[in-house]
Amino acid sequence: MILYLVKRLAVLLASIVVAAVAVFAFMALLPGDPAEIALGVNATPEAVAELRRQFGTDRPPVVQFLDWFGGLAQGDFGTSYVTSAPIGPQISERLAVTAVLVLGGMVVALLLAVPLGTFAAVHHRDPLGAAISAASQLGIAIPAFLAGILLVFVFAVQAQVLPSGGYVPFADDPGEWLRGLLLPWLSLGLVQGAVLTRYVRSSVLDVMREDYLRTARAKGRGSTGALWRHGLRNAAVPVVTVLGLQLATLLIGAVVVERVFVIPGLGDLLLNGVAGRDLLLVQGVVMVLVAAVLLINFVVDVTYHLLDPRLR
Amino acid sequence: MRRIGIWIAAGGLLLATAACGGGSGGGGGGGTTPKSESLSVGAVAEPANLDFTSTEGAAIPQALLVNVYEGLVKLDQNGQIVPLLAEKWDVSDDRKTYTFTLRKNVKFSSGAPFTADDVVFSLDRVKSDWKLKIKTQLDVVDKVEKKDDSTAVVTLKQPSNGFLYSMTSRLGAMFSRTGVADLANKPVGTGPYVLGSWRRGDSLRLDANPSYWGTEPALSSVTLKYFKDATAMNNALLTGGIDVISSVQAPESLQQFADPNRFETIEGTTNGEVVLSMNNGRPPFDDKRVRQAVRHAIDHKALLDTAWAGRGQLIGSMVPPTDPWYEDRTGDYPYDPAKAKELLGGKTYTVKLRIPNLPYAVNSAQVVKSQLAQVGITAEIEPLEFPARWLDQVFTKGDYDLSIINHVEPRDMGIFADKSYYFRYDNPEFGKLLASADAGTEQEQADDLKQAAKLLSEDAAADWLFLFPNLIVAKKGVTGLPKNAIAESFDFTALAKQ
Repeated sequence: MILYLVKRLAVLLASIVVAAVAVFAFMALLPGDPAEIALGVNATPEAVAELRRQFGTDRPPVVQFLDWFGGLAQGDFGTSYVTSAPIGPQISERLAVTAVLVLGGMVVALLLAVPLGTFAAVHHRDPLGAAISAASQLGIAIPAFLAGILLVFVFAVQAQVLPSGGYVPFADDPGEWLRGLLLPWLSLGLVQGAVLTRYVRSSVLDVMREDYLRTARAKGRGSTGALWRHGLRNAAVPVVTVLGLQLATLLIGAVVVERVFVIPGLGDLLLNGVAGRDLLLVQGVVMVLVAAVLLINFVVDVTYHLLDPRLR
Repeated sequence: MRRIGIWIAAGGLLLATAACGGGSGGGGGGGTTPKSESLSVGAVAEPANLDFTSTEGAAIPQALLVNVYEGLVKLDQNGQIVPLLAEKWDVSDDRKTYTFTLRKNVKFSSGAPFTADDVVFSLDRVKSDWKLKIKTQLDVVDKVEKKDDSTAVVTLKQPSNGFLYSMTSRLGAMFSRTGVADLANKPVGTGPYVLGSWRRGDSLRLDANPSYWGTEPALSSVTLKYFKDATAMNNALLTGGIDVISSVQAPESLQQFADPNRFETIEGTTNGEVVLSMNNGRPPFDDKRVRQAVRHAIDHKALLDTAWAGRGQLIGSMVPPTDPWYEDRTGDYPYDPAKAKELLGGKTYTVKLRIPNLPYAVNSAQVVKSQLAQVGITAEIEPLEFPARWLDQVFTKGDYDLSIINHVEPRDMGIFADKSYYFRYDNPEFGKLLASADAGTEQEQADDLKQAAKLLSEDAAADWLFLFPNLIVAKKGVTGLPKNAIAESFDFTALAKQ
């Protein structure tokens, strides 16, 4: 187990380095010059050259990369040359918002998927179980942003019970914070919940056909009791894997949902950065997203090892 | 391993980030604001930072000029220059010396008094520290001197009508000698509002300045809320999230606000000429006849109706109606496809129409394309991401045949005098007119600029599709909104709520 962990950590670190190189290279290849954009339609060539010098974008790419990555290694994301603001604090501030969004979406998804999926599996021969399956199929087909637009139309514009967007920090007004997040959570959670429901259902179905459950039933337990006692833990193994993968999907979904609901999260920061060619900012945000996804996978793998005795 | 432990393991990372982030932005003004006295205004472009001396972008002066920073003079709603921090000014007979008499008892929000020393400091700083190209507008200034605490004297190298007008813009903003340490985050000015809080990506709150020298604002705070998505902004007004949409991004969305008991729509003018740029520096548009053909081929009235729901004004040259030398030049090239074909001499052309991916440009491009097709010019539309790709390809490299862009700067006819500018228009006669306009009396200025606008139009240096309208929608009961957006600032001075 220790050896496994060490190996896994080495892979994680190597992946992060490779990702950093890739992110830097992609940004360097993106058309558009940050200095030109900062100066707009009133720029003289001399002013642009001067600004490049100030930004440090006139140095060789290798120097720029080492400078940036050296800073990252020390936890310093650098200072945006477009906004002259330090990047690290901006990212952590936005990450907190996105994390709340993603986590809430995940909770909604689980609250939907675990009971519905289990129910659909246990009753897979009944019309109701089949109906849940069909509904989840439909849910998968709807992208999160479309769900968001529909929810805004119904609950904000028509019924006027919830705000159409915007974000009030928890510290300012917890009630408004919650009201503002309900619809975004639902938009993310409904779609992810639909995906998850199918996994829970098939996973529970697989477990129900396993020998050890038959044994348990033979020992005189009712089938539901046996499922609770032995089945769900085993059924959880594949679901955890999917959950990890879904976290990554949720992060991406959050980027779009933030746009629909005007939430100042990481996605919003990223899109602004791309539009303004705020290279350091975009590199920082993408690195954080990549690191998050890699970390999630790492955690999932390790959890998997802990859960499934056959892998130890 | 407990069942519940699984979920915690997967969510742990996110929880950890949520815990360390804190999730609260901004901060700043701690005053409690009664809700009835504050307004929220929706806006599109957010400032990259708060320093308009080193960072371009209309969003910064829009929020801060006149509201937080004041100049010696300002531009009113009719395009007239009126006193602000200067009570009055005298111009010498040779039109080279401006003597400004300053208001007394004016303080910066930091508490520092405003005197002629700050005038000298602010104007000298434009030369020494500013990083924007517009700073060259003040190159005409020879020296700035303090006569006494409330008198500042500006001497010009040669007479210039543009000088005082430039002083109504960012360039004339008065900074405190002790208030420029962190311009990007902490603006210090003399205006009716001070920076309350700024939540990047979300909103900028301005609070009433309790020690303001003039009439105190009727509101305790004004919050500019930034929306990248027009639909989200419209929804916010419909649901009470904001009180005002400062500029409607797509006129067709105005229908939602048609109920006069709830909303009021205000249409005014801007300085934005939506220009159909033609590359005068390469074939086919280096040939005047081809450019003239384009101007005859476009039915501007139909274009405005189709592309922008008929909102806006037809102008025909590079002058907005609020400038004193405005003349309607739409008659120079009436819609006449037959004439256009005749000018093309039966030839057909295929050209690149490289546009920014912005609503007005995309909508207009479709109409331009179909109308040019009628006379034998095939325009291939290429939308480019704005600003990055459009600036790079069209503006900097000049690699285009046709483009459509809203030139929003005030009194920007002079860009046609620079032959390296992306129009690649080269006409020394035009430059001479501009120079003599700036040096003459106000009457001579108006006459020369009328001539210049006529010359541009007749030369078909470009085509002017329409003047971009200023469309504001407000909740009923909001008063004091500036109808025309012709200055760099969105002036909150008179804003009130009934």
